[in-house]
Parts: sequence; C-alpha cells; structure tokens
Amino acid sequence: MAILPAEPLAATAEPVGTPTKRRRSRGEWLRLILLLIGAVVFLFPFYYMVVSALQKAPNPGISGAFPSPSSLSLANFTAINDAINLPRSLLNSIFFTGGVLLGTLVFGMLAGYALAQLHFRGRETIFYLVLLLLVVPFQLLMIPLYVLIARDFGLGDSLLGMILPFAINPTAVFIFRQFFLQLPRDMFDAARIDGASELAVLTQVVMPLTRPAILTALLITFIGPWNEFLWPFLITKKLQLEPLAVALANYISTVAQRTANPYGTILAGAFVLAVPVVILFLIFQRQFVDSAIGSGIKG
Amino acid sequence: MAVAPDTLRSSRSRLRTWFGEQPIGYLFVAPFVLFLVGIYAYPFFFAIFISFYKYIFTAPGAQINQPFAGLSNYTAVLSDPLFHIALRNVLIFLVINVPLTVAVSMILATALNGRIPLRGFFRAAYYIPYITASVAAVGIWLWMFSGSGLVNKILGPLAPNPSWLVNGFWAMPIIAIYVTWKGLGFYILLYLAALQAIPKELYEAAKVDGARRIGAFFAVTVPGLRPATVLVVVVSIITGANFFTEPYLLTGGGGPDNQSVSPVFLIYREGIEQNHPGYAAAIGILLAIGVLVVSGVSRFFLERD
Repeated sequence: MAILPAEPLAATAEPVGTPTKRRRSRGEWLRLILLLIGAVVFLFPFYYMVVSALQKAPNPGISGAFPSPSSLSLANFTAINDAINLPRSLLNSIFFTGGVLLGTLVFGMLAGYALAQLHFRGRETIFYLVLLLLVVPFQLLMIPLYVLIARDFGLGDSLLGMILPFAINPTAVFIFRQFFLQLPRDMFDAARIDGASELAVLTQVVMPLTRPAILTALLITFIGPWNEFLWPFLITKKLQLEPLAVALANYISTVAQRTANPYGTILAGAFVLAVPVVILFLIFQRQFVDSAIGSGIKG
Repeated sequence: MAVAPDTLRSSRSRLRTWFGEQPIGYLFVAPFVLFLVGIYAYPFFFAIFISFYKYIFTAPGAQINQPFAGLSNYTAVLSDPLFHIALRNVLIFLVINVPLTVAVSMILATALNGRIPLRGFFRAAYYIPYITASVAAVGIWLWMFSGSGLVNKILGPLAPNPSWLVNGFWAMPIIAIYVTWKGLGFYILLYLAALQAIPKELYEAAKVDGARRIGAFFAVTVPGLRPATVLVVVVSIITGANFFTEPYLLTGGGGPDNQSVSPVFLIYREGIEQNHPGYAAAIGILLAIGVLVVSGVSRFFLERD
C-alpha cells in the first residue's frame, strides 16, 4: 500500500503557483464520488433484498425501497420456511460444506505439506500434473461425473455423492503449499532430529505456526460448496437431501409463481442463504482479500 | 534372515537415494492425487469416450453394450440450431462482459488505489456480490427486473415490452450485465494487486513528460496492468463459456423461446434431462476446445506489443 501513484502525480503536475492543496482535494472528491456510485451499484441490491424480504405485501415501486417500519414483518421468512424447510436445507448445506471442509483440512493439508516440505522423487512432476489437471473445466466433467457417481457408484441422492467432486479443494492445497514453503527449514530439521515423525511435525510444529493460512484456506473452501448449485442440483432428486441453494432454486423455478408474494418469499430465502457468507466475509476480510489475490497470481 | 546389518542399511540408503529423503511424502499426497485422477483425469477421458458413443444411462452395476456412434454426436451438435444460438449467446456475453469488466474494474481499482477515506468499506462493498451465492443474487435480480419490478417502475414508459428477462433481445444482455456485476469485485482486487507492481518511477517519468492525471492513466496504468488484463480476459472467457445458473433461473430455462440458452445449459438439458449423454459430452468437448482456442488467441493479441 506504499505506492500512491495518483496523489503525488496530482500534487506535482500543478503549474507553479497554483494552490496545490485545493486541486488535490478536487481530484480526491472525484475519486470518492466515483467510488460511492460504485458502492451503491454493488450494495443497493442487497439492501433491496433485505427490505423486500421484510415487506408483507409486495411493493415494486420506488417507495417500496424505503418502506415505513409498520409495513415490515417476518411473514416471508415463515412462508419460505413452510415451503422449503429452512432448518433441514440449512443442515444439508452444513453437512455438504462440512464434509468438504473436513476432506480439505485433512487430505489437502497433507498434500500441501508433502508438496512443500517433503523430499521425494517426482514431487515437482506431481505438482505440475496437478496444475495441468485443474485447467479442465468442471462443466466438461459434468456428464462423466454424473455417469460415474450417480450411475456407476450409485451415489445419487447421497451426501457422499454430493461431497465427492469437491472433497479436496485444490486452491486450498495451493494456499497450504505456499505458506508451508515460507517456513524456515531449520525448524523442520530440529523437530526431525528430536525424532518426531512427519505427521507429528505437521500437526505439532507446522499447524500451530500457520493458523492464518489454515483459516484462509478454510474460508475459501467454505464458500464453494455453500454457494454451489449445479452439482448438488444434479445429484439430488430427493427433497430431504437438498442443500439450501438447491432448495431455493427449485422453489424459484417451480413453486414461487403460484404464491401471493413470490419475490418476498424468494428474497427471504436468498437472505438466509447469503447471510452466513457475508458475515464470515465481514469478519475475515483480510483473509478473503489475500486468497483472492493469491489465486489470481496463481492463475 | 541372515542379512548383514550394513547391507541392510545400504539397501535402505539406496532406496532413499532413489525415492528421496522422505518417501512418506508419497503417502501424504496419495489421497489428493487419487482425488484428482478420479474427479478430473478419468472423467476427462471418459467424456471423450462418451462423446463417441450413443451412450445410455444404466442403473448402478448394470452392464450393457454402448453402441459406437463415431462422429455422429459431433455432427449433430454442430448442425443443431440451438447450439448455434448458445454460441451466439456466448459471443453476446463476451462482447458485453469483457470490455465492461476490464474498463470498470480498472477504473475503480485505480480510484481505490492510494489514500482515500472509506477505502476498506469500498473494497468490501465491491467484493460482496462476488462471494454471494448465485441463487441468492439471481433472486434479487429477478425481483428488480420483473415486469412490474423496480427497474421498470423507474423507467416508466421507457421500460421494454415484454420486460427484460422475458424479452428475446434483452435476456442475454441482462445475463451478461448480471455476471459482470457479480464478478467485478474479484477483478478489482486483481487490478489493485497489479497496481502495486507498477514502478512509481514510471509515473514520475510521465509527469516529467507533462502528462496529466488522465494522460498518465493511459500512458502508465493501462499498459502496466496488461498482464492482469490478460488474466481478466482469459477468466472472463472461461466464465462466459460456462454460465448455467443464469439461464436456468434468471431467464427461466434459457427463455424466452430458447433465446438465452448457454452451452452448459444445453449440456444439462440434453445430457441429463433428455438422456443424451453422448450428445452432451460432445458439446462439452467442443466447448473446451473453443475456450482453449479463443483464450489462446486473445492472449496472443494482448501480450504482443
């Protein structure tokens, strides 16, 4: 954050004699206004979601965006709960996401550790093969994975079938590897000389030192299955197993139009789906930003 | 076993020189490698296989002979008017999404770069749509762009008829704008990181040359961000080839009258709903080849001087 190109430039590009300060603040105002317009464009839909979800009767007019408190109620939340059973769908989302988190934490961390700190023949080759495989787009794999998991393995309508394609988040493996690479080698050697097994080195030396990396990796891993729609939608035909995103999508595409306040109900569901991720993001902003930049540089 | 201790040790050390110092590493990466083989590599080749067959879904465990189909899936896909519409839609998507994404995220990132009040707030605000579930965000857009929704209420007599999402002309542009809106936060962060790598001296040199703020933006910032722009364009192309939730939910199943179908939506409808996995796999392969070619070509043009 030390490089501030716009400001020194604006300050010194002035002809001599003009009060620098005034000019500079005008440029800053312009930037600020631009950024504010941007913020409105990005955030208004979310504000509008909350407001509309809380309105009993649909009001699509401009006044609907600024309702009087008396017209607010939780009726839409009751309605969406009746329609898609929020606790059950939330629980399915939690199991799905939890399975992915567990798989990534255990197997992803082992892989990240091995790829960063263990010396064995073919390590680099394995790493580059991993990079190569990840270029294959998921959409191309959709049909064969469906045949494989739902038909051949008979894992349709099962939690395991839902989790399997996401079981280890490759981006998280890269984050683990990246962080483990930065740890000093002496530290490992010292632990090894003390007779610690590699597993002990990982769990007792490395893990306590890399909590931020673990947190970052878990956060980006969380978002994937929590928001995922396509795969759980393909693999679940039973209502009882649908995660919230799928249950809400099915509600939008089939049921909603027959209800009195379809959008209010949809938005109440959307609110429940969006809120956990937004809260996590607001708490752990730094980790999210780092991971986005990290994955960008990787790509 | 009457093996002398030092031959044992030497054979062990020979193993070490061959496998490396910590062969336990194989064990540690094994689950991940197995996962990648099972979820990426094998299905990739399986997709190619399916695309050459008139593949039939079977019950778990059932063995049947899948009839070989040669190139017939490919010729059927290539002559399918729906596939042509889907390709046209990817094109509409890219024409709107790529310039809009590059321009807006570059401008906002530049504005965000440096000392500015509420910096953290802005960065968070831009990122929130990106991390929100598509299904939730689509819900908001459905409501705002519905026939009697807020957008039409504001536009009054200027509102298109039929409304945006059920209008054959507007359905695809709205999808493109929606995806742009949702993804911008990620690209802004990318550009913000890339901006840190532009040497300050370049701005000073531009200043010596008499460039003003706007001049410096075009002379230093835009070229300095070129590697990031290449990445943004390539990611946009991949996104553009792969959208599904939007035509499925936002325009109610690729509507109106199939005017907003996407290739992946066709893969879903043909492959899973209509039970033509061979046909759908052929779409997937053609799509992947297309993405490879288009992103390769655009990289070539963006990276050369």
